[in-house]
Order: sequence, then structure tokens, then C-alpha cells
Amino acid sequence: MVNIENQTAGTPGSGRFGDLAFRWLTRLLALSIFVLITLIGLELYNGSKLSMHHFGWHFLVSSEWDPVNDVYGALPFIFGTVVSSIIALVIAVPISVATAVYLTELAPQWLRQPLVMFIELLAAIPSVILGLWGIFVMVPWLHLHLFPAMRSTLGFLPLFQGADYGPCMLAAGIIVAIMIIPIITSVSREILRSVPGLQREAAYALGATRWEVTRIAVLSYSKKGIFGAVILGLGRALGETMAVTMVIGNAPQIVASLFKPGYTLASVIANEFNEATGRIYPSALYELGLVLLGVTVVVNIFAQLLLKTFAGPSVKPQH
Amino acid sequence: MNKLILTLFGGAALLVSQTGAQAQTLINGAGSTFDYPALTKWFEAYGKTDADVRFNYASIGSGGGQKQLLNQTVDFGCSDAPMKDSDMAAAPGKILHLPIVAGGVAIIYNLPGNPKLKMDGDIIANIFLGNITKWNDPKIAALNPDATLPDLHIVPVHRSEGSGTTFIFTDYLSAVNPAWADSVGKNTSVRWPAGIGLGAKGSEGVAGQVKQISGGIGYAELAYANQNKMAYADVKNAAGKFISPSPDSVSAALATATIPDDFRFSMVNPPGEAAYPIAGASWALVYQQQKNSEHGKKLVAFLKWAVTDGQKISATLDYAPLPENVQQRELALIETIKY
Repeated sequence: MVNIENQTAGTPGSGRFGDLAFRWLTRLLALSIFVLITLIGLELYNGSKLSMHHFGWHFLVSSEWDPVNDVYGALPFIFGTVVSSIIALVIAVPISVATAVYLTELAPQWLRQPLVMFIELLAAIPSVILGLWGIFVMVPWLHLHLFPAMRSTLGFLPLFQGADYGPCMLAAGIIVAIMIIPIITSVSREILRSVPGLQREAAYALGATRWEVTRIAVLSYSKKGIFGAVILGLGRALGETMAVTMVIGNAPQIVASLFKPGYTLASVIANEFNEATGRIYPSALYELGLVLLGVTVVVNIFAQLLLKTFAGPSVKPQH
Repeated sequence: MNKLILTLFGGAALLVSQTGAQAQTLINGAGSTFDYPALTKWFEAYGKTDADVRFNYASIGSGGGQKQLLNQTVDFGCSDAPMKDSDMAAAPGKILHLPIVAGGVAIIYNLPGNPKLKMDGDIIANIFLGNITKWNDPKIAALNPDATLPDLHIVPVHRSEGSGTTFIFTDYLSAVNPAWADSVGKNTSVRWPAGIGLGAKGSEGVAGQVKQISGGIGYAELAYANQNKMAYADVKNAAGKFISPSPDSVSAALATATIPDDFRFSMVNPPGEAAYPIAGASWALVYQQQKNSEHGKKLVAFLKWAVTDGQKISATLDYAPLPENVQQRELALIETIKY
């Protein structure tokens, strides 16, 4: 400890100044994120004042969206945002966690690096390209093959009933899942890699099988971190815009069937802001932005609470 | 090293000041994406007429164009819909509407064998309202006795984002169908009847969806329908004739539309025999009193050129040329711009 201090303080005095400057610089940079979010929130609030004044809390529970008569409500968009994100998580989390486990625990060394590279490539595809691939390749395939199969096997659930045209809530969920798989996988992989080798060895010493080692020593040790990875993915899913817009069908409605078109907060802003004239219409779109910010905050808080309840207060391995 | 950088810097500064000394005027515009291809071609051609002026146009959408003009951050705005009275009243000066291009909106569809179909406003409105759901509906069959119409669900596809094309389409349906006017109305985006059809992003999205869905129907600018080689309908006009969309039939619509002196008009369903009924104009928006006299002078010269000589150029891009009588009236209005 003493040694290190001596090394960093090359010339006396300057080291202390350097430390101080470094601390303040990083503090400033860390604070700038806070300032940025506050400014965004303020700007959105200012933009949406007119709409708030006009519609009040009713805005959040109303399903009307009628630019001709200047009547606006956010509910179908909130519904679409939350549902498409949930679908995405349901699909992406098992795939991502399984991939991360395979990469850190099971895959032969020579295969790990190429696989990681492919996952990172997936993250590099621009969302508009994924969206175009979505409407021209994925959606027709879903419409012709997957959806009819789901309808005949799972059709007893209201979620999978009714005719589809192709673009729908489920298609949007699938596209978003593809987009969040890389981030959940990469972060989960880092978490699993940070599990100390001792944990595994201890489990093996107790006579555990490979699956038991993974389950007891690795996954249970890192569940808090993996949960964090999922939250990162969820954040991306909530705000995803272009690709979703292209495959969700863009109809502001609340229906049980995932085969029907929906609409998300981010999509409607991207779609309508350019051509929104008058005063209330753009203001209502601003308020949707504020609602999106709010939904993100609420979902994050909810996730933190969930984490506290299920994962326990610390990362200490439980016996 | 430092000296070298200084010299380079100085040289660059000199260069900048020299180009400045040539006094090239930069005119800024923003707005409609529908006008963008025409404007780009015009700017290029006009550069040969007057080398002292350069143009910068941000294709950010009609709403954006109106906002930028109201904030006086641009010399002209472009919009596919005329400005609302309330917005005009909020402006710091009188705003003139000058139609610069006009275009038709084609009704595109995808059916087995793609027969040429005839439609009227009543059928189109009822399809998008969800009242006509099958292609072999008696109403469609009555207009198309020779076509083989399949027992297929109709899937209407509309633009999901706000667009001038949607404005023209819903303006037409509001003009010909009272039920549409009451329940939906007209705007750049509207509340589409719930549970019917799909919203697709951009003209390419609508064309793409209609191409993929057997039984799909949608609307897109004529140029788009032609580029994608899609089947489109002949639409019944106010004189009872079935007309195919083309630059000529849209010009015919312009020639017979009732155009007030402030040029804030709708040209859907005009009375002309040869007129295609689903058509609209797009406007350049300028202040009558220009703030900067140099910019004003150059802008006026350009606008005069655009509504006359420029029309021959835009016609090559499937825009309908403005008829002679409209050109003359616009020139008279442009003369009133003060700078």
C-alpha cells in the first residue's frame, strides 16, 4: 500500500493536485449524466405543458388518438411498449443466458472467440436494416409458417387467436428480442466469467455433476448480475424504434391477440412528429416522450424491487 | 511545425474570406419530403441560370417546414397541406402560399393476375372503413364485370407516419364520402378505423406490404407506384369518367379545380372530364415582406423560374406540370413580395 502511494506521487505536491483534479474531473463527468437526464426531462415537460393542461391525467388512460379532432391519449402506446418488451424478454433471456453459460462453461476454447465475435456482429446491425429484413423476410415467413403452426397448437389461448396479416405485436417482440440478445449475452458472459474458479472447484469436490456445478456454483452466484444484464436489455427494448415501427403494424389498439397490430410510444413519436402541425398535436407527442421516460423509470424501479425480493440483499452464495 | 499549422490556418481563413467576397447568396428552405426530388433537380438546373445563388433544403416534413418558417429560421418552407388559420395568425408576417408541384395518389393493389380495376370514392372509402371486406363484393363486381375477382379478404394498408400523401388521400375520401368525413376526416395522419388493416412506414413500406399481402390495397404517390411496377386502379371522377393517374390527368385536375386567390385550395374531385380525382398540390411558403433584401430578391427570381420553366423539369419526375392559367396567377402573386 505504501509502495503504491510512493509510486504514484512521482514529484511531491503534483501528485496530490493530480489526484484532486482526477477526482473532480470524474465527478463532473458523472454528474453530467445526471444533468443531461434532468435537462431532457425538463425539455419534455416544457414541450408537453399544453397537452397536460388540456388532457390532464386523462391522457394516460385514454385510448383515443385522433389528430383530426385534436384528441389524444397514451394508453394503447403504453400497452404496446410494455407488451412488445415483455415478449422480447421472454424470448431473449433464455437464449442469452444459455448462450452465455455455453460460452463460459461448456464450449471448447477454439469455438469461444468466433462465437463471441458473431454475437458482437449481431449487435452492430443497424436497426433500420433489421427492420427491412423484418418486413421483407421475417414477417412473410412468420405469416406463412410459424403463426399458422402456433394457431393450431396454442390457439386455445386468447394470445394466439385470430387472423394475422403478418406485421403484429408478436413480430415486433421477436425483432426486439433479436436486438437485445447481444447485450444480454455479452454482459451475462462477463458476469459468469467473473465467478471465481474456487466456487466451481468446491462444487466439484462435493461430487456435483456439470449441470449441478453450473446451477449451484455459477448461476446462483451470479443471478444478481444476470438480472442487471436483463434490465439493460429491457431498457433497450422499451426505447427501440425503427425496427419495431416497421413490423408492428402501427395501429393504436389494445387487444389480447399477439397476432394483431399494435403501436409503441417510441414508434408513434418517430412516425408523427415530423408532420405534426398546430399546437396541441406536437405537445401531445412531447408528452408521449415524457411518458416513455416515466415508463422506463417505473420499470427500472420495479425491477430493482424484484431483485431485492428474489435475489436477496447480497451476492453471497447461499447454502 | 507550429509555423506550418499557422500558415495552413491562415491560408484556409483567406480562402473562406475570398469565397465570401464573391457574395454567393445562400437561400435556406425546409419542409415537405414530397417536394424534395423536384427541388433538388431545380436547384441544380437553376445554378446554370444564376451562379450567384446556392440553395440548402432540409427535407424534414411539412410540419417541420411550417415550424421553421414560423420561427424565421428559413427563407422558405414547403408543405403538402395549406397552413391552418391559427398558425397563420401566430406568424410574425403575412405568409403567401405558392403551389410549386402537384401530384396524383394512386390506389395500388395486389390480386392474383392483377386485373386492371375500376373504383369509385364510395368503394375506396368503404374498404378503408372496413365495410367492404372481400374482393368479390357486389359493389366492386358491379364496376368491373370483366375482371375475375377472387373470394379474398381485403387488407387495407395506410401510411403509419404523418404524410402529405395521407392528407391528399383522406381529403379526397372526405370530399366524396360523408361517412368518412364524419368518422375520420382529413389530416396528415388520422385515426384509422380500429382493427382494420395495417400501418406501414413510408411509401416504400406501403408498397412493400401491398406487394406481400395477396388481397392488399394501399395508396402511394404515382411515381412510387410506377417505380414498383404495381397495379393501380382507374378512379371515377366527378364527371363520371374512370381516369388513370398520370401527370396529364393530374394537370387536368389542377386546371379545373377551384383555386381561391390565396392559393390555399384542395384539388380533390374537381369537375374536369379528364381530371384524376385523387390529387394534391404542394406549396412553397414565403413571407410577403422579406427581411433580408438580398435573399428576397434571389428567392423571388427563383420562385418565378420554378413555377414556369421549372415545371418542364419536374414533369420528368412524374409531377404534374402547373397549367398555364395557374402559372400566370402565381406570377402575379409573386410580384407582391416586397424586399
